[in-house]
Amino acid sequence: MNIVDLPLQEQLVLVLAALVLLSSFVLLEQARLVSAIHAFAWQGGLVAAVTGLVATAGHLPHLYISALLTLVLKALLIPWMLHRLVRRLALERHAEALHRPALVIMAAVALVIFSYWLVIPIVEQELAFTRNMVAISLAAVLIGLLMMASRPQAVLQVLGFMAMENGLFLAAVSATGGMPLVVELGVAFDVLVAMVLFGVFFLQIRESIDSLDVDRLNRLTETPEEDR
Amino acid sequence: MIALLLTVFTPLAGALSLSLLRSPDRAGWLNVAVSGLGLGAAIWLAWGVAAAGEVAGLSFRVDAFNVYLIVLTAFVGLTTSIFSRPYMRYVQESGRTGERGLRIYHAMYQAFMFTMLLALATDNLGILWVAVEGATLSTVLLVSLYRTPEAVEAAWKYFILCGVGIALALFGTVLTYFAAQHVLGESEAGLTWSVLYRHAGGLEPAVMSLAFVFLLVGYGTKVGLVPLHQWLPDAHSEGPTPMSAVLSGLLLNVALYAVVRVKMLVDGSLAVTATPHMAGYLLMGFGMLSFLVAGLFLHRQRDIKRMFSYSSIEHMGLMTFAFGLGGPLATFGALLHMLVHSLTKSAIFVTVGHAAHIAGTQNIDHIRGLIRTQPAVGWSLLIAVAAIAGFPPFGVFTSEFLLLTATMQSQPWLTVALLVGLAVAFAGLFRHLHPMVYGAAPQGQRPVSANMLPVLVHLGLVLWLGLSVPDFLARWLDRATQLITGGNLL
Repeated sequence: MNIVDLPLQEQLVLVLAALVLLSSFVLLEQARLVSAIHAFAWQGGLVAAVTGLVATAGHLPHLYISALLTLVLKALLIPWMLHRLVRRLALERHAEALHRPALVIMAAVALVIFSYWLVIPIVEQELAFTRNMVAISLAAVLIGLLMMASRPQAVLQVLGFMAMENGLFLAAVSATGGMPLVVELGVAFDVLVAMVLFGVFFLQIRESIDSLDVDRLNRLTETPEEDR
Repeated sequence: MIALLLTVFTPLAGALSLSLLRSPDRAGWLNVAVSGLGLGAAIWLAWGVAAAGEVAGLSFRVDAFNVYLIVLTAFVGLTTSIFSRPYMRYVQESGRTGERGLRIYHAMYQAFMFTMLLALATDNLGILWVAVEGATLSTVLLVSLYRTPEAVEAAWKYFILCGVGIALALFGTVLTYFAAQHVLGESEAGLTWSVLYRHAGGLEPAVMSLAFVFLLVGYGTKVGLVPLHQWLPDAHSEGPTPMSAVLSGLLLNVALYAVVRVKMLVDGSLAVTATPHMAGYLLMGFGMLSFLVAGLFLHRQRDIKRMFSYSSIEHMGLMTFAFGLGGPLATFGALLHMLVHSLTKSAIFVTVGHAAHIAGTQNIDHIRGLIRTQPAVGWSLLIAVAAIAGFPPFGVFTSEFLLLTATMQSQPWLTVALLVGLAVAFAGLFRHLHPMVYGAAPQGQRPVSANMLPVLVHLGLVLWLGLSVPDFLARWLDRATQLITGGNLL
């Protein structure tokens, strides 16, 4: 089935989903912490918009609640909390360029291709719509993972983690019309608690190594020094 | 049903009230009391399940498989809370944490129990995920409780690795739901395990195998399967000792339980395809790898708690292998092994807590002459390690013997690998243990006030299970075996 044959709403959903993927790339290569947080907030807003559109297109009223939840949590609350933490830790001007940007971006592109390849057997009999959506959300998850692996800064790692969470949510919305509400609330609660705990950890890490560069957390190895 | 709700929600109520209680002394006692109540409710629940076959409702479902894990969780939770009361007082006196830290500790202890019991009792794969993630969240602050740079590092690693792992498991859960919708339509029941299990044959095999890979990687991170195990030794060695006991004894079991439940669905879905044992082979591969690698790593450890956490990885690998092998005999052995490993390993961690207290360090090179200084601790450590290494007449021997027999029947060549792995692990444990328990005690090493009751009870039970598995337990495990494999052993 060709994409142009899809109903207009579904095409719009696909465009928005593509923008989510784009925002993953933007997030991946941000140098400044504050702009990375903004990129993340935009991604959250886009995911909420996709959810709202899927709700209208598929007549799934419970998805409106999910959309609202995502908007509040991912686009407003979590970016606000991160912003406050960054200010509290006096890191507003902190910037660090991506180490070996070309390699990382190429890896991200490879992950997108890999995601499309991975979903081929699943959705052979499905519409082009679902296949694209599942592939895009998987790619968003994997790029979040790549971000956590390639950025040694704690705040950026947390952003990668939350971007993974966005990708997962997108997958749930697009492939299945959202998980049951209980589960979705549970997941949102876990994400919120995780964010609060991340905040606690920023302070603890800062206190212990006087930096948020988690590469410097390297005291635990397989064969510790004679008397630690 | 009331028993079920009481079992699951008593710890939650305990967590809420403990977070309000200021006095650490009273909090310690309340922690014991809540755990005791939880065990009472769990036994009541087990009684109900034994009579009715299963207890279900409100998206909970307890059958022969999870009920024994629920009772085990509540039991180890109680004995560890008995150990933790005086131990945490000593921790506070030694200045490693303050009153606030203890309040977090006690509240999180019960919150952790709640998440594990919820994960075990729920019938919904989504809630299972939420609960397993909740278990990470409730323990991560405990790992960093002492606030040393090492503890913060361990906690961060634990948080990030388990967070990522568990996120992949959520993707697997979404895929499962996706597969379910093609069978059940747009219904809320698409994540209910019992409904899925009834329709397992109709689930799209390609989707389910992809889902299983994600779920295995996700929950496997929490089981501590190599190469996703890096968080485990760090979290165990840097957190407070009672936490190591419940992490090793209980959390790993819960994660493995999740993997087995999912495997049952995938096996149903793949039954008529070209690769019906895909899930089993994956489990066997990861299990065997973890078993062998962890056995080798045992030799290199300098930290006593790190060493025993590698022993946990080794045993979880063995169980994963056995569940992958399938068949009634291997499954029965794996279920029994889950039970005896939990009991023995939590007893070991309790003893190790006392040993580290006596020596004032966790460094193996500086723990010497335990038997001379405090025979109760020294002998307990020696006996518990002999038990975990698989010596008769302890229960671990029985279950490992069953596992070896099962391997011999279906994959004879792998028996060699298993035997070599067991020998390597045995050597690794004893080369470190020998100087710790025998050896000359350093000058001025004094006995400490140790409560050995939990250790004695656990080792007594393990001994009993080694001499003769009681009839009711055997029938109980047999029913669980029948549930998982469709075949009986007895």
